[in-house]
Amino acid sequence: MNIIVCLKQVPDTESQIKVAPDAKNIVKDDLKWVMNPYDEFGVEEALRIKEKFGGEVTVIGLGPKRVTESIRTALAMGADKGMLISDPALDGSDALATAKALAAAVKGLPYDMIFTGQRGIDDDNGIVGTALAEYLGIPHMAIIVKVEVSQDGKSVKCNRPVEGQTLVIESSLPALITAQKGLNEPRYASLPGIMKAKKKPLEEKTLAALGLNPADFGEGARNLKVLELTPPPARKAGKIVPGDTPEDKAKELARLLHEEAKII
Amino acid sequence: MTQGVMVIAEQRDGEIRKASYEAVSEGKRLADKMGWKVTAVLLGQNIKDKAAKLGHFGADRVMVADDAKLAAYTTDAYVAAIADIVKAEDPAVLIMGASVQGKDLAARLSARLGVGMAQDCTALSVDNGNLTAIRPVYAGKAYAKVGFSDRRPHIATTRPNVMVMNQPDSSKSPEIADAALSLDDGALKTRVVEVLRDTSGKVDLTEADKIVSGGRGMKGPENFNILEDLAAAIGASVGASRSAVDAGWRPHVDQVGQTGKVVSPNLYIACGISGAIQHLAGMSTSKVIVAINKDPDAPIFQRADYGVVDDLFKVVPAFTEEVKKIAH
Repeated sequence: MNIIVCLKQVPDTESQIKVAPDAKNIVKDDLKWVMNPYDEFGVEEALRIKEKFGGEVTVIGLGPKRVTESIRTALAMGADKGMLISDPALDGSDALATAKALAAAVKGLPYDMIFTGQRGIDDDNGIVGTALAEYLGIPHMAIIVKVEVSQDGKSVKCNRPVEGQTLVIESSLPALITAQKGLNEPRYASLPGIMKAKKKPLEEKTLAALGLNPADFGEGARNLKVLELTPPPARKAGKIVPGDTPEDKAKELARLLHEEAKII
Repeated sequence: MTQGVMVIAEQRDGEIRKASYEAVSEGKRLADKMGWKVTAVLLGQNIKDKAAKLGHFGADRVMVADDAKLAAYTTDAYVAAIADIVKAEDPAVLIMGASVQGKDLAARLSARLGVGMAQDCTALSVDNGNLTAIRPVYAGKAYAKVGFSDRRPHIATTRPNVMVMNQPDSSKSPEIADAALSLDDGALKTRVVEVLRDTSGKVDLTEADKIVSGGRGMKGPENFNILEDLAAAIGASVGASRSAVDAGWRPHVDQVGQTGKVVSPNLYIACGISGAIQHLAGMSTSKVIVAINKDPDAPIFQRADYGVVDDLFKVVPAFTEEVKKIAH
């Protein structure tokens, strides 16, 4: 079973996000960059399936050089090979262009399954994994919390929670799965794992090396354009509910929500 | 000619979902501005009798795609059916509710059609026929105003509970038409083999009108019963912070925040939640926020409309009793 995991590097969840003076980007200095949390679930699931069925796990990242750190993290967890797609022309690409570059990289590799996170916690779009499946002409199952590969390795059953129920979906392989929290508990990289990761193959590819035209990427090729980025709307200052005892405060809160906010 | 707004409606077991009425309502507002018509598309099996209701919320026309292969949602069948309809109808703007299904559908459709898509929008507008959208990014730590390339349709999904729903007008009857379908069995690779229903009757957090949420201050899973009692009294769903979920006190589906659900209820009551930035990110579009926490310096108070600085184990049960009095 050969498995590919695509990962993104994103600002850590504790990051303060500041809008840059151009009002289109965020301030990228001083951010702590980590592997997108949903992608970690994908790496872990790929490793578990490999441990059961054999085969190789290849990790593909896209972006500037710093993304190498996240690829090395996945290699230290136990993935076998890494690839970084890095090209200045990729700067400012939208989700569809990103998926096109990933598709070109994946097409040169053998695979039965592909994992991505269900969304990047930066753009919150949830398009790249799905679009990658589209460009490869394979089915995808999104927001998955359980994966069961059939004994013969030809099909997969996945649990997909939707509002108020969980759908069990069956698909033939190859297929792409986007990972949701709850799928597994990702392992930590062990010290020997980290040492080994340094020697694992990690190749770097440009768009040209993937047979792609740089003109189809970047800001100018976007189908969805960021016109303006702003801080979230400020909330008006709230009030501290007065009272001498917890019971008084509870009573006053109930009154305020009933009479002032008219919400209960 | 490229024009009009198309809205993809979502039904489950024959019931059209609220997020779809919100999307139709928003679609109607956009269409009115441009002098366009709204076409809703309803997919499923034996659902034609539900189509008229979409007209009550503003659809001028409803196209019904009725087929056994569309009985349960699968991405491949729905995307194939809708892509054909879009090519035939050539709408300028295509919108749907940002439910789990809507987001999945919109993502694959945007790749199939090679057009831009804005996910989980909190506001839409249209100028000279071009859609612009506001969407929270970084789970709401920033807001992006986005526009589209010339490729049509411009696709957007609307965050549940945000778009104002029109007053239904049952005197309106939309034109109802059957959509031409050509679903190729060979192209359908996925199928729903089982549906595991949540029998608790709890409304999903993304759709809930009110949410009572607990964090580390709850001290243990056994104490969430006081939140369940409050939730029952006000008709809310119970959520949790990441620390409560990571501690194993509550299931993952209950997590609110940047790596959980992003919610927009009318009332959000945070109990024993300090307000880590990743949590605030997930609930800051709630209309009224209440925080109950004994630490006066907790960051949650900077976002709360009403803050109660006290022991939640005393305040919450007393508050539940007060609410019951008001209800009677």
